[in-house]
Amino acid sequence: MNYLDLSKIVQDIRRNILYMNNRGRASHTGSALSIVELLVVLYFKILRIDPENPYKSNRDRFILSKAHASAALYAVLAKRGFFSEEWLKKFHVDGGMLPGHLDKTSAPGIEVSAGSLGHGLSIGIGMALAGKLDKSDYKVYVLCGDGEINEGSIWEGILFAGAKKLDNLTLIIDYNKWQAYGRTNEVINLEPLSLKLKSFNWYPVEIDGHSFEEIEDALNLKVSQPKAIIAHTIKGKGISFMEDRLEWHYKSPSEEELKKALEELE
Amino acid sequence: MRTTLVKTLIELAEKEEKIFVITPDLGFSVWEEFERRFPERFLNVGIAEANAIGIATGLSLCGKIVYVYSIIPFVTMRPFEQIRIELAYMKTNVRIVGVGAGVTYGAQGATHHAIEDIAIMRALPNMLIFSPCDPWEVEQGVRASLNYEGPIYFRLGKKGEPVITPVGNSFSFGRANVIRRGRDVYILFTGNIADEVVKLYSLLESKGISAEVVSMHTLKPFDYEYLDKILKTGNPVFTIEEHSIIGGLGSIVAEYIAEAGYKVRFKRFGIPDQYAHWVGSQKYIRERFGLLAEKMFGKICEYLK
Repeated sequence: MNYLDLSKIVQDIRRNILYMNNRGRASHTGSALSIVELLVVLYFKILRIDPENPYKSNRDRFILSKAHASAALYAVLAKRGFFSEEWLKKFHVDGGMLPGHLDKTSAPGIEVSAGSLGHGLSIGIGMALAGKLDKSDYKVYVLCGDGEINEGSIWEGILFAGAKKLDNLTLIIDYNKWQAYGRTNEVINLEPLSLKLKSFNWYPVEIDGHSFEEIEDALNLKVSQPKAIIAHTIKGKGISFMEDRLEWHYKSPSEEELKKALEELE
Repeated sequence: MRTTLVKTLIELAEKEEKIFVITPDLGFSVWEEFERRFPERFLNVGIAEANAIGIATGLSLCGKIVYVYSIIPFVTMRPFEQIRIELAYMKTNVRIVGVGAGVTYGAQGATHHAIEDIAIMRALPNMLIFSPCDPWEVEQGVRASLNYEGPIYFRLGKKGEPVITPVGNSFSFGRANVIRRGRDVYILFTGNIADEVVKLYSLLESKGISAEVVSMHTLKPFDYEYLDKILKTGNPVFTIEEHSIIGGLGSIVAEYIAEAGYKVRFKRFGIPDQYAHWVGSQKYIRERFGLLAEKMFGKICEYLK
């Protein structure tokens, strides 16, 4: 699949996120929009998965630890064929199927239930260890938010995975520079992030988190340590009036905003 | 109890490759044999309980049955939200093995005491709470844990407890274990307070009171069938536990009695709603909390007057 095809998918996913959040009056619109390229490259170019057989034991595992961006994952899973796109209409509504934060029993393809920050990395480490133990060559990918790495449990995991040289584990940090209360590095400075990860014996790579090429290259890079992809992204990416605006952590698009946003995606 | 747990797990792990043990750096002189025999299935994650639960969850989602061992407050309360989402909500096959029930750690101080754990773990849907009273129950529970789907919390004492279950008793999770048959009063207890309960039984017997002594090893799901049966007799019921009187065995029984509407004489023995600021052994602190057999005997006699 070439990058032009991926671009089309990305646009579809963004459209679906907007429809879903409008219909469900759901928040975290900006948080979902910032990870679309990352998810699309993972699900359409990288992950060894089979939507027809979603629980194959040697599948690659993807954990969305920043589960408030669930709309993006649902839209990508549906597009990839894990379930019908009709299900997206049942996001965050009464009698719905897909909750605002992840419930692994709600749909195929969701590896873990999540919603509280700081859980995904340790679970991913357990999966990576199981892969080694079972001599299976699957890989584990965990995507967390930049604000999320304020959590102490993340650093327990970072310390451990680095010490154990878990080369089948990749942590992707969606570095969109916003967290719930303000600018990530004003709330609590993460920098120098890359150096921190390096000093914890990880292999850090900094990329533009909206560039297919950079995402794909970073994911394909073979290293003998756990890999951390620091993906510089823009919260609300793709919609001019949502880009880099904290309010879109909380807002769902009104009918008028939806119309305007969809026009930008044409 | 601890020794029996490890011994049983070693025996089972010979045949069952899914068994995996994690410790956040506790269990020195406890796990060495397991580690020597199954080095690939034993992991010290360092002093990081949240990470321990997360790793256990990841392993269990890949088919392992994972036992996470530590002192009770550290392995239940520190990573409580990990337990809530990753074990209870996701219903994973992780077994939390906590040692030091009640005031087992005596003079080490209240940071190491476990007096609220049943209450908080009981509030979690899907969580099985297993609080064995002797090595026999521990062994049975470990064996049963292999074929149980969902999370389990093992609430253990420490070591050296005698077997008090009569030969021939059968075991399953969620079923009361009758230790002594009796006809006048019922003493329901759980876990590591067993030694005081056995003494209490003898004291009552010497006074001509025939007590039925029952280990409620599974606090959740609870054996309400047995409870209902004994309440129907109308005889007095006492609960004894080395845990806060809030939220543990006494609460479970009280809740049932209240809703079922039985008019039965009932009293709870447990740790009052306070921390131990005294310094002393388990026995000493039990005494301060009124949990020694002699003290409970006096209270029961008074109550029955």
